[in-house]
Amino acid sequence: MGVGIEVKALNAWYGSNHTLQDIELNIPANHATALIGPSGCGKSTFVRCLNRMHETNPIARVTGTVRIGDLDIYHDISPVEIRRRVGMVFQRPNPFPTMSIYDNVCGGMELNGFRNRRELDEIVERSLRNAALWDEVKDDLKKKSGASLSGGQQQRMCIARALAVDPEVLLMDEPASALDPVSTSKIEDLIFQLKSQYTIVIVTHNMQQAARVAEKTGFFLNGRMVEFDSTHKIFTNPSDKRTEDYITGRFG
Amino acid sequence: MTRIRFQQSLDDLKEKLLVMAGLAEQQIQRAVESYRVRDLSICDLVDRSELAVNRMEREIDQAALDLLAMEQPMAIDLRFILAVIKINSDVERVGDAAKSISDRVRMMDTMESGDLPVDIPRMASLASNMVRRSLQAFIEADADLARTVLSMDDAVDGMNRSAHAALASLMASESHRAPQALTALMVCRSLERVADHATNIAEDVIFWVQGADVRHQGNLESQM
Repeated sequence: MGVGIEVKALNAWYGSNHTLQDIELNIPANHATALIGPSGCGKSTFVRCLNRMHETNPIARVTGTVRIGDLDIYHDISPVEIRRRVGMVFQRPNPFPTMSIYDNVCGGMELNGFRNRRELDEIVERSLRNAALWDEVKDDLKKKSGASLSGGQQQRMCIARALAVDPEVLLMDEPASALDPVSTSKIEDLIFQLKSQYTIVIVTHNMQQAARVAEKTGFFLNGRMVEFDSTHKIFTNPSDKRTEDYITGRFG
Repeated sequence: MTRIRFQQSLDDLKEKLLVMAGLAEQQIQRAVESYRVRDLSICDLVDRSELAVNRMEREIDQAALDLLAMEQPMAIDLRFILAVIKINSDVERVGDAAKSISDRVRMMDTMESGDLPVDIPRMASLASNMVRRSLQAFIEADADLARTVLSMDDAVDGMNRSAHAALASLMASESHRAPQALTALMVCRSLERVADHATNIAEDVIFWVQGADVRHQGNLESQM
């Protein structure tokens, strides 16, 4: 596995609260990596450090290095550019409610001045196909609003939006936690298909989900990375007692 | 400590398996005793326990299946439940071996008696000791104790081979005693299987406690 994201000595704060401490991690390229841990352990903060969203909070601060490919994202590249390279999908689908499905997918690109209609059509179709949503919405692309879709469809539309800018990395912060089992299954199938093309990092509280979709899993606790190993190892025979206690439900 | 109910269910599962294992262990002792003293009333006791062991095997499998489906266990809990399912099957087969011995004792009742050149009680004692020790390792989650069982299996295998040679020789030289010798041979074979099941149980204990798969390692080494 090649390294997709290299994290060195990463520390993060919210005000005086030291939320991430000395994280060292190599996230493999073109694979899915799951991050698990109890609420407040720092896993979502960590993900937000991978696309510089953490620093959008005025009291937040980050030190350390995050490299995606050859670029140090905190020194070599602007936050706007990094978010083009790193797509993000959130816990709850966040469609633009007044926009059509089509505009929901490519709206961000249009806002950035992208105007070629034929290319936009191609990007929307490709993104929706990659998000396994095309067949369900192709006849209503410009007729229906994004908000009219079901929750699962909205989340796949948001994934299509993230894919539209052709990122290298896709961050997913509990992408299926608000969805029913069938929609969850579709998102998981999608992650499985996409991971050969993108470096995927998924935060999840659903450990079966982590076990199903990810090759690597990291366990966070109290702002530290306790254990990072193959998903198989983490869920069958973890090295650290704290990991075992967490995944067997003995705390957290 | 969270998941108190789940932990209680795991404890119950272990308890049930140990009750069943106790019955199977008693079956083997009784079967060997029935062989030693040629008492068919003891064979009846073995048969009766067999029904209880079979019923408990189904109950334990169902309880384990429920826990897998409802609790989605991970890591050591997952390994424990998998080990219980496999040990359950081995314990039931120990019961089957006891039943097989008691069936042979019934057959021998119609045959002429006489000493045979095999020490079946000694072999039975060793095989039973292996079962007891593997179950003790299960009770105490003691992988080191389980490993001592693995090294005992060779002794039982050796006794089985010696018995086979001695009984084959007897059958060749005294053909009228062949039915009796053949029956003793089957009893030895059953005891050798009991030792194999004890070995399997010990391997499952090691898997549960340490997450290590130690099965077939002798075979692997001999192939390399």
